[in-house]
Amino acid sequence: MKRRQFVQTLSAASAIGTVGLLSGCATGTAGAGAAHVVVVGAGYGGATAAKYTRLFSEGKVRVTLIEPNPKFISCPISNLVIGSLKNMDFLTHSYDRLQQNHGVRLVRDSVTSIDAARRTVRLAGGSEIGYDRLIVSPGIDFMWEGLPGMASAEAKARMLHAWKAGEQTLALRRQLEAMPDGGVYAINIPAVPYRCPPGPYERACLVANYFRKAKPRSKVIIFDANAEIQSKRGLFTRVFEQQYKDIIEYRPGHLLTDVHAASNAMRFEVQDEFRPAVANVLPSMRAGDLALRAGLANINNRWCEVNFQTFESTVAPHIHVLGDAIQGSPGMPKSAHMANQHGKVSAMAVVSLLQGQPVPQLPIIANTCYSFVNDTDAMHVSSVHRWDAERRTLLTVPGSGGVSVAPNALEGHYALGWARNIWADTLG
Amino acid sequence: MKSLVKFMAIGLLGAGALAAQAQTPAAAPAAAPARIAAATPAATPTPAQIRLWATTCMTCHGSQGRAQPGMPSLAGMNRDDHIRQMMDFKTGSRPATIMHHIARGFNEEQIAAIAGYFAALPR
Repeated sequence: MKRRQFVQTLSAASAIGTVGLLSGCATGTAGAGAAHVVVVGAGYGGATAAKYTRLFSEGKVRVTLIEPNPKFISCPISNLVIGSLKNMDFLTHSYDRLQQNHGVRLVRDSVTSIDAARRTVRLAGGSEIGYDRLIVSPGIDFMWEGLPGMASAEAKARMLHAWKAGEQTLALRRQLEAMPDGGVYAINIPAVPYRCPPGPYERACLVANYFRKAKPRSKVIIFDANAEIQSKRGLFTRVFEQQYKDIIEYRPGHLLTDVHAASNAMRFEVQDEFRPAVANVLPSMRAGDLALRAGLANINNRWCEVNFQTFESTVAPHIHVLGDAIQGSPGMPKSAHMANQHGKVSAMAVVSLLQGQPVPQLPIIANTCYSFVNDTDAMHVSSVHRWDAERRTLLTVPGSGGVSVAPNALEGHYALGWARNIWADTLG
Repeated sequence: MKSLVKFMAIGLLGAGALAAQAQTPAAAPAAAPARIAAATPAATPTPAQIRLWATTCMTCHGSQGRAQPGMPSLAGMNRDDHIRQMMDFKTGSRPATIMHHIARGFNEEQIAAIAGYFAALPR
């Protein structure tokens, strides 16, 4: 079968879906009903965008969500698994409700390429799917080229990142469990920007919390490529001093330049190599592979620039990019909460554009990141970002946002409430 | 041809899912926000704009304003109470862990519009 014929047949198949929709939808119109949005990647950004495209269009826009993983596994809260406070089940959620409750069509596959001119995506499984608007939420991938010693599969299996929740989350916990008392766990932090600014410091606290209970002679060392703590600085500084004085050592200005996996060695610009019992290696990060392959990562071939009123790519019309993969606006962190909010703004823009209606001109989005510091206590950083018509970007609203006074159990309770709610809002 | 068969199967599944979707009531509040939007002056927030602002809150306070355990729901909340609480968060007269930080990101008109949206949602 020739490609052109295939695409025509594909359109016919799409029309079947449209008929199915319109037959039960009294308010539908043929033009709007034909619109098809493909969402690539069902993390916090993509899953939210898929759900809200259905909600905002009152079910009139068809949505196909393409994701290779069978289940959603949350990065937020995953440090509690590493610190032996929660199990993987707590992080793991089904995608089924997106289909059952919202009529999102789920396709378990990966997108290998995007044909922006023909508005199609090609799947690893071989098929091709057409779209009217494409929403890409590719997450991050690692810049392994910056750490030559990490090139082999053996190195990657030994020196874990655990920065994408899943197998590595549990593998890192097992390394810590297997580590003899008196050992050292070391984590390096890459130069900003990276996914989840407070995440490494939270992880250090929760590993130290675990050590205090299970391996009291053990230590945590943080090697930070940055000159100082990158999120909740005052709070983490105090927690390190007041709660983990004899366990956590924080070393700023330490850029990891390479590793030697066979000896578990971490090599830095400024000191001799260090050989911890458990080495947690965070390479520099960039937009997910698909974004680079599709030419969407126009900022240093690393991040994707978007228009923040629509999240449409500045280089690829009809393609919207969300989540950690984008070049953030000033003060915008790479977080799950932000990705969820990107998903809503993009969904509203996409629905408005497909239905020939004006796109809301003043997006306002909020961010919240909770960090646990022990079994019960958490602390937050928050911010609100509003479209600035003059500078044509999202800027933090003056006077908004801030951090906790101190970590506390009430916010520990809210942090878990936050998790349950964002999971339901994203997936349910 | 193999991939076509696969696609057809996906398409039929999609149609079934959409039919199921169509049988459930439309998400509240059912509206044609954008249609109204076209006739509204730019200075006044459109229904679509207000709905988009309200979804900002839903990350923590639940889709459609109905929260999971651990956070308060906003659906069906009295509009005036909602406005007063948010204004009290803004001024700091109501104690908060985080809501004072969030409330200060919205002006009074935006808060009133969002409160009106949630007041119209079923509890």
